[in-house]
Amino acid sequence: MSVNLHSQRADPVPPPRLRPGRHHAGPQRRFLSQFDIRATPYLLISPYFLLFAVFGLFPLVFTLWVSLHDYELAGGDAAFTGLENYANLLTDASFWNAVVNTVGIFVLATVPQLVLALMLANALNKRLRGRLFFRLGVLIPLVTSVVAVAIVFTQLFGRDFGMVNWLLGFFGVENINWQNAKWSSWIAIATMVDWRWTGYNAIIYLAGMQTIPRDLYEAASIDGASSRRQFWSITLPMIRPTIIFTVFVSTIGGLTLFAEPVMFGSNRMEGGSTGQFQTIAMYIVKEGFRDFDYGYAAAAAWLLFILILVGVAINYTFIRRIGGNQ
Amino acid sequence: MSGGRRRSRRDPFVATPLTKVALLATVILSIFPIYWMVIIASRTNSDAVDVPPPLLPGGNLGENIQRVLATEDAHFLQGMLNSLIVTSSVTISVVLISTFAGFAFARLHFRGRNLLLGSILLTMMVPLQQMGIVPLYQLMVELGWVGTLKAVILPYLLNGFGVFLMTQYTRQAVPEELVEAARVDGASTMRIWWNVILPAVRPGMAVLALQTFMLNWNEFLWPLIVLTPENPTVQVSISFLTAAHATDYVLIFTGTALSVLPLIFVFVAFGRQIVGGLMEGAVKA
Repeated sequence: MSVNLHSQRADPVPPPRLRPGRHHAGPQRRFLSQFDIRATPYLLISPYFLLFAVFGLFPLVFTLWVSLHDYELAGGDAAFTGLENYANLLTDASFWNAVVNTVGIFVLATVPQLVLALMLANALNKRLRGRLFFRLGVLIPLVTSVVAVAIVFTQLFGRDFGMVNWLLGFFGVENINWQNAKWSSWIAIATMVDWRWTGYNAIIYLAGMQTIPRDLYEAASIDGASSRRQFWSITLPMIRPTIIFTVFVSTIGGLTLFAEPVMFGSNRMEGGSTGQFQTIAMYIVKEGFRDFDYGYAAAAAWLLFILILVGVAINYTFIRRIGGNQ
Repeated sequence: MSGGRRRSRRDPFVATPLTKVALLATVILSIFPIYWMVIIASRTNSDAVDVPPPLLPGGNLGENIQRVLATEDAHFLQGMLNSLIVTSSVTISVVLISTFAGFAFARLHFRGRNLLLGSILLTMMVPLQQMGIVPLYQLMVELGWVGTLKAVILPYLLNGFGVFLMTQYTRQAVPEELVEAARVDGASTMRIWWNVILPAVRPGMAVLALQTFMLNWNEFLWPLIVLTPENPTVQVSISFLTAAHATDYVLIFTGTALSVLPLIFVFVAFGRQIVGGLMEGAVKA
């Protein structure tokens, strides 16, 4: 393991320890070695693809098939219904409610998270004592499980005895029932997500920032560019690939949000009394495993996939513009 | 952002006092919820609802731990043990499978290589957890695996991210010429893997192992669906604890605190590597 945190490359490769003297290749041996060169690569990647076929590809294709049928757990005849499940979903107000909640929480969580992470990374990139302490410090939330985060924050956001309400009380705010309304439950859930992931993203941005040659900044300083100006014109454009990576990951994570809202709503799939914080993932589980309507749940899962593709595409085009061509 | 712009004209990389204060505040905010968890876990239920809230640990931790272990319907110890088994199996397999595949994609030549690697990258975008949940469950019913640990181990053995990471790492840690040289010496592919690749990519494997361990330990949705409350993973056990003993804050918090112990251990022991590894992986990605 590299000792220096700055080192971007691995340790030097030790010389291979091979037994010499195997050059006498007869025809049989040559055949074996040809076979080795041609076949072994496939052998090496086969575990992944075999597992993928069973636990990745099969579920996807089967989900597509199920979504086109009236398929229930009780079995019986799964009648082909074509796109009926999809049509029903698209006119189902409770599905749209879940979509709006998911996107709402996603935006509320991701935008501040990535902006804060950028600022944090910029600060961590300065010369300062106790560098490792600060880096580990911002990563600490990673050690907690999602479930643990949800439990602690649900208590912090409690109506009567929660610390958040207690603190807000000093500013004359009356006790808020955070679960009760859309906006308050979204804020509480987004806070959990942000607390857990901001530091992680900051460390990833920091890694990107450290690959930027410092003489770029020196040159800019000599030209009289302020540090804000340097941040916008040098730092941001240079770490754009890293930003795209984090946006990609946050989009997938955000749109499939599940554990936080489930725990926030006392371990139930409904997401509050009127579904004010039910996400799509919760909706799928509720339809499929609480109401046993598999076909419907499968169709919802495919719509979620499409939503993710759209989300990734939108974010990608958006980020590509940031800090570009200045 | 960068605080004092006055001094930064000379050297923009000097941390101003404002930057330091902001960083310290961030670290405190990062630690506080975990600290809070320990406070509640070491107190009584009447302390937990005090206003103003208690800010120092109490003396009831031992008693609370015993209470968690004595709560039979939560099967907490079984959950911890199961999580250890599941997470270790998944971590070992993911690292091995990814190292094999990473070697092939990075340093071997075969037909369809780029296409296959591309297909892995594409599948990383698919939320398998949510998309595949219905048929995966069906599959487990057919196999008779519902309620068994096999059901929560096997679907996690495939990890596109791991293959991607090890491919990148192998490319960068093992020069092409080294593989060629070994080949000229008459080494078989597996011998090259053992003697050349394995020693060089060990740091990458360590990082992948740590990340896999942490992610898998936290897995929640699928175990919740496919396991029974009698044979849970630790996350399922805790969610059951919260559902069945909703008003017993102290019990829930103690269980939660115990459940993150292995992660804290990993973090303390390997924190340095985690930071370094995250940063390396990010740059290569």
